[in-house]
Amino acid sequence: MADYRELWKSLDMDLEKHDKLCEVLPEFYEDVYLSQKNRPEGMNYYNFVISEVHGLRIKELDDHKQNGGKVLGTFCVFVPDEIIFSADAIGVGLCGGSDFWVPDGEKVLPRNICPLIKASVGAKISGTCPYFQSADMLVGETTCDGKKKAWEILNDYTPIHVMDLPQMKRENDKKHWKDEIKLFMDKVEELTGNKITEERLNNAIKLINRKRRVLQRLYNTRKADKLPISGKDALLITQIAFYDDLERFIQKTEELCDELERRIEKGVGVFPENTPRILVTGTPMAIPNWKIHHLIETSGGSVVCEETCTGTRYFENTVKENNKTLDEQIDALTDRYLNINCACFTPNEGRIDDIIRLYKEYNADGVIYNTLSFCHTYSVEYKKVKEALDKEGIPVMMIESDYSLQDSGQIKTRLEAFFEMLKERKSAYAK
Amino acid sequence: MYTIGIDTGSVATKGVLFNGNIIKKVIIPTGWSPKNASKQVYTLLLEDNNVDKNKVKKVVGTGYGRVSMVFADKTVTEITCHAKGAYFINNNIRTILDIGGQDSKVISLDEYGNVREFFMNDKCAAGTGRFLQVMANLLEGDVNDLDKLAEGTAPKQISSMCTVFAESEIVSLLANGASKESIAAGIIQSIANRAVTLLSKTSIKGDIAFTGGVAKSNILKKYIESKIKKNIYTPNDTQIIGALGAAVIGWNMIDK
Ligand code: SF4
Ligand code: SF4
Repeated sequence: MADYRELWKSLDMDLEKHDKLCEVLPEFYEDVYLSQKNRPEGMNYYNFVISEVHGLRIKELDDHKQNGGKVLGTFCVFVPDEIIFSADAIGVGLCGGSDFWVPDGEKVLPRNICPLIKASVGAKISGTCPYFQSADMLVGETTCDGKKKAWEILNDYTPIHVMDLPQMKRENDKKHWKDEIKLFMDKVEELTGNKITEERLNNAIKLINRKRRVLQRLYNTRKADKLPISGKDALLITQIAFYDDLERFIQKTEELCDELERRIEKGVGVFPENTPRILVTGTPMAIPNWKIHHLIETSGGSVVCEETCTGTRYFENTVKENNKTLDEQIDALTDRYLNINCACFTPNEGRIDDIIRLYKEYNADGVIYNTLSFCHTYSVEYKKVKEALDKEGIPVMMIESDYSLQDSGQIKTRLEAFFEMLKERKSAYAK
Repeated sequence: MYTIGIDTGSVATKGVLFNGNIIKKVIIPTGWSPKNASKQVYTLLLEDNNVDKNKVKKVVGTGYGRVSMVFADKTVTEITCHAKGAYFINNNIRTILDIGGQDSKVISLDEYGNVREFFMNDKCAAGTGRFLQVMANLLEGDVNDLDKLAEGTAPKQISSMCTVFAESEIVSLLANGASKESIAAGIIQSIANRAVTLLSKTSIKGDIAFTGGVAKSNILKKYIESKIKKNIYTPNDTQIIGALGAAVIGWNMIDK
């Protein structure tokens, strides 16, 4: 890796602390990722991106800023990237996925808050995340209570614009969300000094749709009988999609998909036959949170799909293209985004339909319902989801955990028992 | 033709020699080496019964020490083994409540003895044998004495589920002159409440088996029964159920 210390210094980072973070990450990545057998060649690109996660990409953001461009940090898949990119700004997803940042988060937040919020806030106040440091503005939203209140704290460090996301999906909520998108447009125009025109927005819509389509293409390969790619690798790619250069990401992912489709033709898989296929549903998994996927795939299971914000919720449904007026474009954005089924909404029956549909589409054997500790919306919603899945005869198990590895042993035993159960069921059906 | 099931737990290692029926069971302390303990159980089972090791077609390991059982043909989690073992003893069982030293769990079975679903308490001593032990120590007694102590006394309410808080609660109850007997009853009742909550996560059908070290407590059993308004069944030697299940799984693996 090139020397980025000067760059980091210019971003006002805590270099000493940051060194500690840089020390642990490579080894962790090696244990979790590089140890996998028979990985697709195309994963080399994403290995590279991770090895340069605080380097090359930060340099690119810096170059962009030197040329007068702006960088916006976001935390939720409801924030429309199209608006950001149409003003020639760059959007990066900022959620914190490492235990490393939790103690700093706990300095200003109560203990019983989800680790995602703690880590995100901790990353900022410890000055060890160059993405946070690069952001000219943060974009928050009124989703769960923990995040809503955390914005007030983050605002002391970086200016933040908060989008008021409705919690229901009635007609007037749609109108309201449309207004919020317009307000966001004004804000972004003001920050960047660039006017968002019909043409620019149209291009941005097309560009982001291309990213969605390539992710969908990637996920389609996971429907195959023999999985050409592990769940861990697929998760990594979705996580990287949140901050990588768009054109390059799309191109590299198309190339990977070519390889995966060839694998499917040849019948090459990364797991032994009869490995239980798992649909993971629940809270987002921010880089480098690979815990549940890693535990599943080292306990005799494989992940075939994620119904999460670092999964299908991020890329399913595209925005309608070729609208004639700006107003129609904003309508199209409103429709696409308000179609996401997040547990912050009430009711949220759409999510249940999604889980059942994905279970079938990806030919899964069971569902792991994963929620971060202290996430109320997702853990409360479990009851409704479980009832519906029971009715469908779909096995589901809930795992609640944070970023620490203390509970790994117990989770592994539970996963193994769950997989034993799924196998038994399968062979009972076969008879 | 035989199979052997070995369950290496954190405290004791259990083994069963099986030929469609239980031929022999052994229980030894695990000590510091789960690997040696499981090997020792294996040897004991063979030698004590003069069984040639070629006649043993499958060895199946379970329990937390299963990972170190290199000589096993297969390892299976304690959850699946528990289900198989309990079902072998009584095939009317559809629900198992297991309270061990470190964790507690509820397993629900289908009519073939396959696991339908299961729930475990999350990484916390509340409602486990560990909780009982800590509390018994406070009363300067042994876990096994708690039952005797509590017999026939109305329980004193202990509101904290958390081991640490319950400990200080009991200290202050004692200081306020509450009798040891009523506190012992209160401790058992607190475990019963936890167990009932765990049970309520699944729909209870058929017979319920109560297993694990804590299942020896008769009063605990009665408390739970009165709360769920159903009789529960405590198999003899509940300790070897996991090992038995492992042996049964091995038995089902061989072509007979
Ligand atoms: S889970 Fe909900 S609040 Fe969190 S990122 Fe996803 S959509 Fe946003
Ligand atoms: S995981 Fe749950 S608690 Fe955490 S930020 Fe997302 S919605 Fe909020």
